[in-house]
Amino acid sequence: MRSLTKINEINPNSSIKPNNAKDEQNNLGLGGVGRSTKHESADKHVSGEAIYIDDRLEAVGQLHAAVGQSSVAHANIKSIDLSAVKAAEGVVSVITVEDVPGHTDIGAVFPGDPLLALGKVEFVGQAIFAVAATSHDLARRAVQLAKIEYDELPAVLTVKDALAQNNFVRPPFTMSRGESDQAITNAEHQLKGDIKIGGQEHFYLEGQISTAEPTEDGGMIVFTSSQHPSEVQKLVAEVLDIPFNKVVVDTRRMGGAFGGKETQAAQWACIASLLANITKQAVKFKLSRSDDMCMTGKRHPFENNYHVGFDSKGQIKGINITVNGNCGYSPDLSNAIVDRAMFHSDNAYFLDQSTVIGNRCKLNTVSHTAFRGFGGPQGMMTIEMVMDDIARHLGKDPLEVRKINLYGKGERNVTHYDQKVEHNKLNELITKLEVSSNYQARRLDIMEFNKQNSILKKGLALTPVKFGISFTVQHLNQAGALVHIYTDGTIHLNHGGTEMGQGLFTKVAQIVAEEFQVNVDTVGVSATRTDKVPNTSPTAASSGTDLNGKAAQAAAKTIKARLIKYVSDKYNVSEEEVVFCNNQVFIGKQSDSQLNEGDISAVQTFTFAEIVQQAYMDRISLSSTGYYKTPKIHFDRVTGKGRPFFYYATGASVSEVLIDTLTGEYKLLRVDILQDVGHSLNPAIDLGQIEGGFIQGMGWLTTEELVWNEQGRLLSNNAATYKIPAISDAPVDFRVELVPDDPNREHTIYNSKAVGEPPLMLAMSVWSALKDAIASVGDYKTSPVLDTPATPERVLWAVEAIKSQAENMSQKVEQANQ
Amino acid sequence: MPASSIRFLLNNEIVTLDNIDPNITLLQYLRENRFDKGTKEGCASGDCGACTVVVAELSLVNSSELTYKSINACITFAGSIHGKQLITVEHLKQGAKLHHVQQSLVDNHASQCGFCTPGFVMSSFALHKKTHKPNREEVVEALAGNLCRCTGYRSIIDAAMESSENAEEDSFAQHYRQTVKQLNDLAQLPSAQLSCAGRDYFSPKSIDELAQRLIDKPNSTLVAGGTDLALSVTQNLATIERLVYLGNVVELNNIVETADEVIIGSGVPYSQFTPVLEKNYPELGEMIERIGSMQVRNNGTLGGNIGNASPIGDMPPALIALGAQMTLQCGDKVRKIAVEDYFTAYKQTLLEKSEFIKDIFIPKAQPGKILKLYKISKRLDDDISAVLAAIFIEVENNEVKTLRISFGGMAGIPMRAKQCEAALLAKPFTQENIAAAQQALTLDFKPMSDVRASDSYRMKVAQNLLLKCYLELQNRKIETRVVNYA
Repeated sequence: MRSLTKINEINPNSSIKPNNAKDEQNNLGLGGVGRSTKHESADKHVSGEAIYIDDRLEAVGQLHAAVGQSSVAHANIKSIDLSAVKAAEGVVSVITVEDVPGHTDIGAVFPGDPLLALGKVEFVGQAIFAVAATSHDLARRAVQLAKIEYDELPAVLTVKDALAQNNFVRPPFTMSRGESDQAITNAEHQLKGDIKIGGQEHFYLEGQISTAEPTEDGGMIVFTSSQHPSEVQKLVAEVLDIPFNKVVVDTRRMGGAFGGKETQAAQWACIASLLANITKQAVKFKLSRSDDMCMTGKRHPFENNYHVGFDSKGQIKGINITVNGNCGYSPDLSNAIVDRAMFHSDNAYFLDQSTVIGNRCKLNTVSHTAFRGFGGPQGMMTIEMVMDDIARHLGKDPLEVRKINLYGKGERNVTHYDQKVEHNKLNELITKLEVSSNYQARRLDIMEFNKQNSILKKGLALTPVKFGISFTVQHLNQAGALVHIYTDGTIHLNHGGTEMGQGLFTKVAQIVAEEFQVNVDTVGVSATRTDKVPNTSPTAASSGTDLNGKAAQAAAKTIKARLIKYVSDKYNVSEEEVVFCNNQVFIGKQSDSQLNEGDISAVQTFTFAEIVQQAYMDRISLSSTGYYKTPKIHFDRVTGKGRPFFYYATGASVSEVLIDTLTGEYKLLRVDILQDVGHSLNPAIDLGQIEGGFIQGMGWLTTEELVWNEQGRLLSNNAATYKIPAISDAPVDFRVELVPDDPNREHTIYNSKAVGEPPLMLAMSVWSALKDAIASVGDYKTSPVLDTPATPERVLWAVEAIKSQAENMSQKVEQANQ
Repeated sequence: MPASSIRFLLNNEIVTLDNIDPNITLLQYLRENRFDKGTKEGCASGDCGACTVVVAELSLVNSSELTYKSINACITFAGSIHGKQLITVEHLKQGAKLHHVQQSLVDNHASQCGFCTPGFVMSSFALHKKTHKPNREEVVEALAGNLCRCTGYRSIIDAAMESSENAEEDSFAQHYRQTVKQLNDLAQLPSAQLSCAGRDYFSPKSIDELAQRLIDKPNSTLVAGGTDLALSVTQNLATIERLVYLGNVVELNNIVETADEVIIGSGVPYSQFTPVLEKNYPELGEMIERIGSMQVRNNGTLGGNIGNASPIGDMPPALIALGAQMTLQCGDKVRKIAVEDYFTAYKQTLLEKSEFIKDIFIPKAQPGKILKLYKISKRLDDDISAVLAAIFIEVENNEVKTLRISFGGMAGIPMRAKQCEAALLAKPFTQENIAAAQQALTLDFKPMSDVRASDSYRMKVAQNLLLKCYLELQNRKIETRVVNYA
C-alpha cells in the first residue's frame, strides 16, 4: 500500500476563517476569481529562473539548426551547390526538400507554404535548405556558403500591382446589405477616401525557437515556443510521415507571441525535427533576430478605400468599403484575417446600406500572419477615417459624428453581416468616458493652445472599439482540459491554452481554485502538452480564457461532483450539505451566516486534502477531463450572413497629442481608457492587457515602420531600424478604468469578457488625435490624409499638405474678393 | 611584466578566463560557457536590453568606492570584464528572498511574458544603487534601453519608482568592503590578454603599451565600448583576429578641465563625460540623453563615436559645430587636428595605421555663444538620428557674429553646412536671411533616402530646424520642442 503524506505538514491554511476580513476585495471566493492574483510565474520572471526554450538543459551532442535563404523575391531555382556548406566547420547534416520523408507543404489552412523551397522561391528570405551544426554560430556561418543560381521571375511587390493582375492568395469575398450605391447617391453628402495602413513586426522579445529530441519508435518530442502545439504536432508528424501519436509537443511558456507564433512557429519545429530525425541528436533551432524579422510574417499591411453617403448631421446612409490585404506569398491565415477586417469595417457604427469587399492580395514578400486583432484593426481604421472625414466636411467635432453613428438599441442594431449587436452599451460607455476624461473642456483648452502656439499644436480624439469575440472558423471554438488531484490535496492543471505572458495560466488556475475553494497556489500549472490535452485550438482570437477556463471548470466540476456524492453517501448528509470553503469541506446542516461568521462548530469539517485522501482510500477517481464548445455561433460564407461572434468586447479611449509642425515629431500627453471586461477574473492582469495592448497598438500606428526595398528585401530587419515603443513613449498621464460591475450577459466563464486583442485598437485615438492636431493648421477645415505608421516624416508631410491647401484656399478667396 | 589572464569577479567569485574565443560576448560566455540562463538574448544588437547585466568597478575618483553600471552583455566582448565585478540576475535573489527591485516588479504586476524582465531587473538594480528614491525622469532615463512588448511600461515605471530607502541592506552592500578590496587587488595585475584559436585580445594599462602594441601589430582592431564593433560579430558574423581594448588604458580615461577647454580621453564613456559637457552646453546634455541607452552610454565612448566615422553618429556634428579638436597618437608621435578634418569620406578618416585617438578638446562655454542641437528620429529614445543639426551661434546687435553649422545624416560624413553659414554670417539675423540659409542648404547637401527617412524629409526638416533655431533665439519663451513636454 502506498503511504500518504501527513496532511498537517503540508496544509498550513486550515486555520483560515471563511471570508477573512482582511481580504482585499469583498465577496470573493477563496479561489480568487476576481482577485488580482499575481502571474503564476512572476517570481520566476524576476529571478531569471523561468525557463524558456533556449534556457533548457541541453542534451549531450545537441546540434543547432540554421537555414539558407533566398536572396531574390521571385525565381525558379536553377541550381543549388551545397558542397561548401557541407564542408564547413561544425556542419553535421545538410538537407533540402528532397530529404523530407512526408509532407513538404505545411500550409495551416490551405496549401501553399513549402517547408523548404520546392524548385521555386517566392520571397526574399524563403528557406531553401537547412543545416545542423555543432553551434548556433557555426550553423549560421555555414548557410552563407551556399551557391544558388536563380532564373528570376517578375515579382509583385505592391498591392496596386497585385490588384491589377488579380494576383490573390484566395478569392475575393463580399458582404453586403441593401443598395449601397443608391443610398450613397441619394445622400445629401458624399465623400471618398483611401488609406494605406502599414504592417507590424511582432517583436516578441523571445524569437522563434524549437528544440526537437528523437524518441524511440521514430518519434519526436518537440519543445517549442508556439501558440498552437497541436498544429505543430500534426505538421511534425506529417513532415516525418509518422502517426500523430508518435509526436509530443510541449510549450511551457513563450516570451511573447502576439499571433506571430500561431502558425509560423511550426516551420522551425518541423525543420528541427527533420534534422533530429536524420542525425538522431537533439536539434535546437533558434532564429537570430534579423532572420526572424526577414523570415516570418507580420501584421498584414492593408490599402483600403471608401465611398460614403451621409446626411447633414453626419449620419451614414450608405457606404462602400474595399479592404485590400497584403497577404504576402501564401494563404497562411490570410483568408480569415481579411474576413475579420471585413467584419470590423463597421467598428462601432451602423453602416446602413453597405457593401464591404475584401481582397487577399498576393505579393512576393514573406507571408503575413496573425497579429493581435487579426485584421480587425485594419478594418476599423477605414471607418474611423470616415468619421474624421465626415466631421471635417461638416465642420463638426469628430466625437459628435462618432456618437450619431453608433449602433442603436432596438433599432440600427444589426451589422452588415446580419449579427444583432446585443447588450449594446457603446453610448453609455463613450458618454461616461467623455465626462471622466473632461473631453469638452479639454477641447476648448486645446483650441486656445493652438491659437497661442504657432509651432506646436495639440490634438484630441475619442475613438471606440467594438471587437467580435470567437474564432470565425467555427470548429476552433472548442477546448479541453485535464485536472488531477493528488493525495496531498494539491491539484495539477492542464488545458489546451498556451501561456505567452497574457496570464492565461493564472486565470485558469484561479477558476479551478475557485471551484474547490482552495488557495490558488494549491493549483500547479505546467506545460501545455499534446499528450495531456489533445486536438487543441491555437491560443488566439482572445479566446484563451473563455474556452480553456470553461473546459477546466468543467473538469473541476466533474471531480467535485464525485467528491460531493462520495461525502454525502459516507456521512449520510444531503449533497447540499457538503460545502467546499476555505481549503476545507464542511459537512452537515449549516447556514451561510454560520459560515460567514466562521461558526463551524455545528458541522463536521475536514481539510480539502483530508477529504481527497478519504476519497482515494475509498477508490474515487480524482482525475477528469473537461470540455467546452462555444454556443450560438454560426456563419454562412455563401450569403455572408450569420452570428460569427458569441459577443462583443467594447471599450473607448481618449488621446491627447502634441505635434511639432516643423519636424513632425510628436508626443502622446494623456490617455484615458474605459474598457468593458465583464466581470473581471483578475483586474491586475486585465489592466496589464489593456495598457500593453494600447501601447502596442500605438507603436503600430506611429513609429513601427516596415520598409521593403524595390527588390523586395526588408530593410527594417533589426531593432536598430524597427522601433517599437520604448519606456518614454508611454504617456505620463495614463488613466485606465474597467467598466465596473457589468457582467457579460452571455454565459462566459464567470461572466468575464475577453481582453487580449480589443485594447490594441484603442490606440486608434492616437492616430485620430494626430490628425486633429494636423487639422488645426488648416483651422479644421480639411481632414488630413495620414497613412500609418504616422512617423514624424508622415506627420510633417501631412502638415505641409494642409498648409498648402490652406494657402491655396486663401489665395482663391483673395482672387474672388479682387 | 608578463601579461595576466582576464580576471574578474563574478558576484563574489574570482574567475579567470582562459582558452575562450576573444570574439565571444559576455552574453555568450554567461549562457553558453557558464550555463547561466537568466540573462536573455532578445536582439543580440544592444537594442532591447534583455541581456542587461551590471558591472561594478572602482570609482575613478575614489578607489574605495564602487560605481554600478548597467551594460548590454550581448555587445560587450567578454574580455572587457577584466578587473571588474559582474553581477547578473542570478545573484540578486538571496535564498528564497527576492531582491527589493525584483519584489517590487512582482508587487506591481510588471511582468507578463517575463522575457525582458531580467533586463529590467538589472537596469533597475543599477539605478537603485545610485539613488534610493528615483523619480520618474530618472527611471525613464535608466530604463530607456529596455524594451518590453507586453506591459506598456506603466507598471514597470511604478515598480522602479518604489523607494528602496527602507529596504534591507542587500548582499552587495554587505560585501561592499570585500568587493572593493578584491577589485583593488585585481587592479594591481599587469595588462591582460586572452589568446585562443589564433585570435587574441589585449588589454593594455598604459598608453605606452598601447602605442607599442599597435606598432608591433598594426592590424589590430581597437575596441572601447564595443557598442558598434561587436555588432559586426553578432550581426554580420565577422571574426576579429586582434582586439585591443582601450578601457583600461589609464591615460585615455581622464577628463581634464583647463581654463577654456574640457579635455576628454577617447576611452571615457558617455555616462562619465556627460555632466561636464552638460554644464557647459545644456542642450548637449539633453541630446546625449537620447543617444543610445543608459547601457550604451555606460560602455560607449567619445573616441568610439568619432572613430567609427559613421555619418549618423550624434557627437561629431556637435563637436564640429563647437570647433573641437582631437589628438591622434602613433608610437610617441602626437598630432592635433580639428574634429571637422578627421572625416574624409564615407567611413574614411585621417587615422593612419598604428595610430589611435588620444584626447578630444572641447571649448568651454563662452558668453554670447549658444549651442543649439536638434536630434530628429522616429522614436524619441534610443534611436539613430535621421537628421542631427548642431548650430553654434553668436548674435550681437542682431547680427550673426560667429556661426558654425554642422549636420549628421545629411551626407556620407558629419559635415559643416558652409553655404548655409555664409548666408547668415556677418548679416542681420532676420527671417529673410534664414530663408536664404534654408535655400543654401540645398547647395551644401544632397541627402539620401533610407530606412530612417526620405531624402526630401531630411532636407525639409534640416531647413525647418534653421527656422526653429531662429524662432527660439528670437523668443526664448516660445514652446518649440515636444521632447520637453510631459
